[in-house]
Order: sequence, then structure tokens, then C-alpha cells
Amino acid sequence: MTNNDPDLQANVEAAREALDAHVREIVAWHFDPATGCPYWLDWAEQAGWNPRDEIGGFADLGKFGLFEDEALRGGPVRRWVPKAYADSPIYTFETGGTTGTPKSRININDFRTDYELFADNLPEEYFPKGANWLMLGPSGPRRLRLAVEHLAQYRGGISFCVDLDPRWVIKLIKKGWNDHLVAYQEHVIDQAVSILKAGHDVQCMFTTPKLLEALALRLDDMGTTMHEMGITGIFSGGTEFTPQWNRFAHEELLDGAYMTPTYGNTLMGLAASSPSGPDNGYKITYYAPQPRAVLQVVEPDDPMTVVEYGGTGRVKLTTLTKEFFVPGFLERDEGERELPYAAYPWDGVSGVRPFAKLASSTTVGVY
Amino acid sequence: MIHVPILRWGKPYQSLETTVVEHFATGEPVAEVSAATAGMVKRDLRKAARARAALREFSPAELAECARKAADLYMNGDLPIGDDVQTPNDFVRQQSATSGLPEAMCRANMDKLKFVLENLEEVLAALTRGLDLDTFARGWGDENGLLRSYQVQSPVVGMVLPSNSPGVHTLWMPILPLQVGLVMKPGSQEPWTPWRMSQALIAAGIPAEGIALYPGGHDVGGAILETCDRSLIFGGPQTIEQYAGDPRVQVHGPGFSKILIGDDVVDDWEQHLDLMVESVLLNGGRSCINCSSIWASRNTREIAAALAERLGPVNALPHDHPDAAIAAFTVPGQAKAISEQIDSMLASPAVEEATAATRDGERLVDEDRYGFVRPTVVRCDSPEAPLANSEYMFPFVSVVECEQDAMLRHIGPTLVGTAITGDEGFRGQLLESPEIDRLNFGPIPTTRLNWLQPHEGNIVDFLYRARAFQQA
Repeated sequence: MTNNDPDLQANVEAAREALDAHVREIVAWHFDPATGCPYWLDWAEQAGWNPRDEIGGFADLGKFGLFEDEALRGGPVRRWVPKAYADSPIYTFETGGTTGTPKSRININDFRTDYELFADNLPEEYFPKGANWLMLGPSGPRRLRLAVEHLAQYRGGISFCVDLDPRWVIKLIKKGWNDHLVAYQEHVIDQAVSILKAGHDVQCMFTTPKLLEALALRLDDMGTTMHEMGITGIFSGGTEFTPQWNRFAHEELLDGAYMTPTYGNTLMGLAASSPSGPDNGYKITYYAPQPRAVLQVVEPDDPMTVVEYGGTGRVKLTTLTKEFFVPGFLERDEGERELPYAAYPWDGVSGVRPFAKLASSTTVGVY
Repeated sequence: MIHVPILRWGKPYQSLETTVVEHFATGEPVAEVSAATAGMVKRDLRKAARARAALREFSPAELAECARKAADLYMNGDLPIGDDVQTPNDFVRQQSATSGLPEAMCRANMDKLKFVLENLEEVLAALTRGLDLDTFARGWGDENGLLRSYQVQSPVVGMVLPSNSPGVHTLWMPILPLQVGLVMKPGSQEPWTPWRMSQALIAAGIPAEGIALYPGGHDVGGAILETCDRSLIFGGPQTIEQYAGDPRVQVHGPGFSKILIGDDVVDDWEQHLDLMVESVLLNGGRSCINCSSIWASRNTREIAAALAERLGPVNALPHDHPDAAIAAFTVPGQAKAISEQIDSMLASPAVEEATAATRDGERLVDEDRYGFVRPTVVRCDSPEAPLANSEYMFPFVSVVECEQDAMLRHIGPTLVGTAITGDEGFRGQLLESPEIDRLNFGPIPTTRLNWLQPHEGNIVDFLYRARAFQQA
């Protein structure tokens, strides 16, 4: 599986060089006692080698081994704050946390930068500048709510939000309290419908597949559609965003509204997708926002080895910003490695789904 | 490869997501099954009223006539399956290949389904005590000068169906002439019967809009139960617990069917040995109506030994062998786990295995991809003994020693209870017991059902509620 387009090849090469240069810059920053964070400075001291001397490019990051995200659980949270930002206002965003201590990631401006990069690529036709937004997804200690609000503001709009606590949703599922689950979802959808009916000129939306489905069905019961309510553009994400669900949404839920899938989490930015529709079987391929984050598809039993193009493997994430450095973190997802693409001249990942070996213990797509 | 589509109110729909069902022994793919999603079910169910409207274009008698025609098509017809055609022999081979049920048993279950389909009017006459079915169709009727009215509780019935035995499909068939639509999620290893049955019914003239079929994962079952006002679910004890007390759901779980032998006949137990063997062994012991325990106040060692003489030698045969009497466990490791669990229970001095002495070889026949557990008879010295009230999906029976007076306190929920006794006092207690669903007096195998009788509640009462109706 190759792509012989010489222009693309040149862009791929340029992107690789840019990534290597970015890696050197980020490693130099995080392992400089004047700018780096206590966690990584301590790590380097114990490791007995100096990443600033030995990391010349992305390929060298393998020397760090795999990142254990357990390190993000528990405090003190300040050990993750780079010295250079010690006096900046710090956010902490959480992930997981249904039981036990959640994982935390500090943030200063990354969430804004990541969502601005994503926002710059949204098609104006469906996400008009100045349009108002509805953020219909997990709120609370997650990054998403603030990030979507910033995206709306960045594009000149105002974001309306609802509360949604996914940890409670997961508890309801585990307890088998289905009535409560349905009632909670209806409570969330009630609020969304109130906002859409309130004359706020909401045209754009972030939501999850489950909530998009629930909202579309509610609007159907009301004799209207997402599009008729004024929604023209939606971005959504999650591992349940399968080609079949994408097709179902386009054929039966959206009534002509535009929807683009994304892949992301608190540790990385937002991976956008290449165009998807009936022509390619609604296949969804994500591309990380390189060089700030890199997605690789690796052999599950040998995570330092990338699979062949088209091959299946576990998703491995590397985050490379001045605020946060995560080399080689194995996601709880798997997928297929995809060729670079004109707009994103680096590897992509398609068919993202819960990693089969972990799937039975993971609750996904709950809200 | 054969493709089994989703049926959305009769219209086939090929999903971009499919699961492959494999031959249990060879691992060869047998079919690719389209996977529905919860959202699809919820969206389609908003049109449930249309399914009933389409069925109401036909009278109950016309629908029963269609079912009679469908019985013949199901047994003998070449019917569409995706872009292919399925003969009755294909059906048997495919069903056996993915479910592990021997082909001979697949055929026997076909006969059972055919019989019920052909006799739906008689079944309904029994379940309604002879009520004119047009009373349901019209909403009310005059019966000997008395106005009767029944209100339908849901335009469609949702069903989360199992893979253990195709015989369970007889339970929903009486729904058809009642002008109520069918929304089915087939068992993951047995997509075959719901598909073939739906094709036979549609070919026989039942409106296609009245039938929906959603193969898929757990979320699909959840969506069906959430959106249908009446559903049948088949599952294990956990499922039963989850939906117990929900008036919208009729739950079908393990049967714990039993034979109770009264003190008056317990010394003549040998006369009933054939009946006991049939109750345990028929259909490979896979049904909820198979007997899982036999209760008597004495002679339990002798009964267990005699059963073991008959059942112990039964061995695994290839699934296409005409004499195959036990089915394969198709989930790798499952047979082994079950056999080991039984072994661990046998550590107790209160329970002993009778088949250990009569079986040539091990209880477990373990292959890479599948396994068999050979018939097992245990004798328990009291109702408290381990395995006294256990049910497994193979011919397993415990012979439990228990005083007659104590039996009804200990038997627990019992789907079919065959009571062999002429003791009127005991019979009276049996009639009063809330534990036994289907009660047989006399030597009737637990597996021999009379279709004119209700099963775990009367399906007609579940779908139609009697209400007051006056007209001036």
C-alpha cells in the first residue's frame, strides 16, 4: 500500500522534518531545568541519560519506552507544570474517575490552541463565523466544555451549554438502573431542545453520537429535524462513531446538516478526519494535529513497531506541546494504519474502536 | 458468503457492520450477519403503529391461514436469504453448524414449529377459552349477551431471542393472528430461525411491514426493551433479576423443570424410567423444559443408578450423525468450565455422581474450538446438597432425596413440574403451589408440551387487557 504522488511524497517528507525539529524543541524545553516540569526533570535524573543530548527526532522518542498514564493519577498536580509557566493561570482537566482517583492533565492554553487549529479547518458553509453553538456533551472537570466554548468564541459565536456528568451515567449503567439512565438522557435532551427553541440562532453544535441520536429522535417526535431547527454543522466524536453509525446519521438523522467526526481526548488535541461519505463506505480516517500530537498504529505485542499500512494495531499517542509532554502512550483503542493524505501529510488511523483485549472491561459510548 | 440482512419493517437492510458466524467445529465462516444499532431500533420503533395497522388489514382468521401456509414454506420451501436462496436442508445444516445442535434435533425442532404454526387458531381458542378472535380485532364483542372488550397493550412485541434451542420460537407464534407486530433480535449463534420464519410468513402473505428483525449486540436488545411496551426476553438468572417485576417484560429464563415422585408410587419408580430418560435427554438437554432434577423420598440411589445405566453411555457423535443425542458447546472453554464446576461440587459428601460408574471415558470431550459434556446423573442426599437444584445446557439431572412433605418448600421456581402421584392431598398442595408453572399430573415427560396450554403466563393476557365496555 503506497501513494506515489510526488507532491504528497514531498509534503510527507517536509512534515517529517518539521516533526523532528518540533520534537527537538519540545524535548529541549521539558528537560531544561529553567523551563521543564518537576516530573520530567526528576525522571531524567533517575533515568541517567539526558534526553536533550540523545533525542534527535521523533524516532528517538522510543528511548522513553511507554508512558504509564497511572503517573497522571493523584498529586501533587504541580509536578506537571513547566517552570516556565509556574506563574500562569493553570487549569486541570480530568479523565475517567468513575471509581478511584481520576487522571489529571494540566493546561494553560493548549485547549485553546488545539481547538483553534481544528476550528480553522471547519467549512464556513456549515459552520458560519459568528454563528452560535450548542455544546451538548460531557461537562464538569473535562476539557471539552471549555474547549468547545472557546472554539465558538474563536469563530465569533457564543456557546450554550448543558450539564452532563458521564461518571454518573457509567454508574447508572453498572448498576443496571436503566430507567434512571433513560430519565437522565431525557433531562439532558430537554435542556438541549429548550435552547434550540429559544431563538438564540444556534447553528453549530458539538455532541456525542448517543446524544445526537437522542436529540434527532426527540425532534422527530416533535415533527421537526435538526436542520429545520437551524443546525447546519455538527462535530462529534467517540469510538462508537463507526462507518455504519456515520451512514445512519447522514441518511436518517441529520436531514442535510453537515457532520464531521473527530477523535480526541484530554491527553491529545483534536484529530480531524478526511472526508467521508457514501463514496468511501462512510469510512472514517483520523489525522492527529501534527506536530503537536502524533498518532501511530502499533503492534499490540510490540508497541515500538508500527504496523504495515492497512494493518490493524493499537493506537499509540505522543503529545508534544510546551505545556505537556507524553511520549508513547498506548490508548485503549485499536484501528488500521492509513496513508498520508493531502491535507494531512502523515499517517492516519481508521476504524477506531475499543482495543479488543481491553474491550470487555471498558464502558464506551455511554452518553 | 451468505448474508443475513436486518429487516426494517420487512425491508432488508445491509449494514456496513457485520459479524461473521462460524462453524462451531471448523471455524469456517457460515454467514455474515448485518448488525443493527440501538439508534436504528429506536427510530424504526417510532413507526410501530404502522406495523399494527398493516396487520389489521387482515382478520385474525386470515393471518392464521397465512401462518398455515408459512408452515409449509418453512418446512419445504426455497426461501430468500440475502441474495441467496435457502433450502430446508441448507437451513438445517447452517443452524446446526453455528449452534452446535445436531442436525437431527434441528429437524425435530422444525416439526415442532410447523405444528404450532399450523394450529394457531386451536392454540388461541384454548388460550382465550374459545373467544371469537374478531373480538380482539374489533376491540369488543358480544359473547352470550355479555359485552367484552380487550385493549391492546402495544402495537408490537419486542423479542430478545436465545440461541439454545429453536423450539423456543413456538412461544411467540400465537402473537401473529392477534394483529400485533413482531420485533425480533435473534440469538447471536442462531439468526436462522427468525430469518427463515419471517421469510416464510411474508411469502405466505403476512404483511412485511409487520415484521422487524434486528441482529446485533446488547445495545440492540436494550433498545428493543426500552421502546416496545411489551417484550419477551430469554436469558439467564441475571436477566430475570433485572426485569423481574417489570410489567412490560415477560422473562423466560432457566426452567429448573422437575419430576416429583409421590410416596404412593415411589417404590414403582422403575415403571417411569423411560419417562425420566426422555425428560432429561430430549433435544440434547438444551431446553428449559428438560428435567434438571427428580425428587423422591426414597430409592434415590437406585433411581440415579438406573438413569446412569441409560444416560452414562451416551457419547458425543458428529453433529450430522442421525443418532447424535448431545449438542456441542460452541464457546471455546465453556464445556470444560461446566464440567470442572460440576467436579468441584462433587467434592461434597452430600452428592455423588452415578454416571461415573457407567460412562466409558471422561465426562468432558474437549476439542480446540468446542466441547461436549456427556450426560451426567448425580444423587443428592438432601435438597441442601450442592447440585440439587442446578440447570445446565446438556443432559444433567440430580436425583434429590427429600420427604414428600418438604418438597414444595424446597423446589423453587419450576417451569414444568411432572408430579407422579395419585395422592389427592399431595396433588392439592401441588395445585396450590406458586412455584410450578406448567403442572403435569401423572407420567408425562416434562418435555412433552401441550401447545393448547399457556406457558409462563398467557401470551394473550400479556398483549390484551380485559376492560369494561358499555354501549348505549
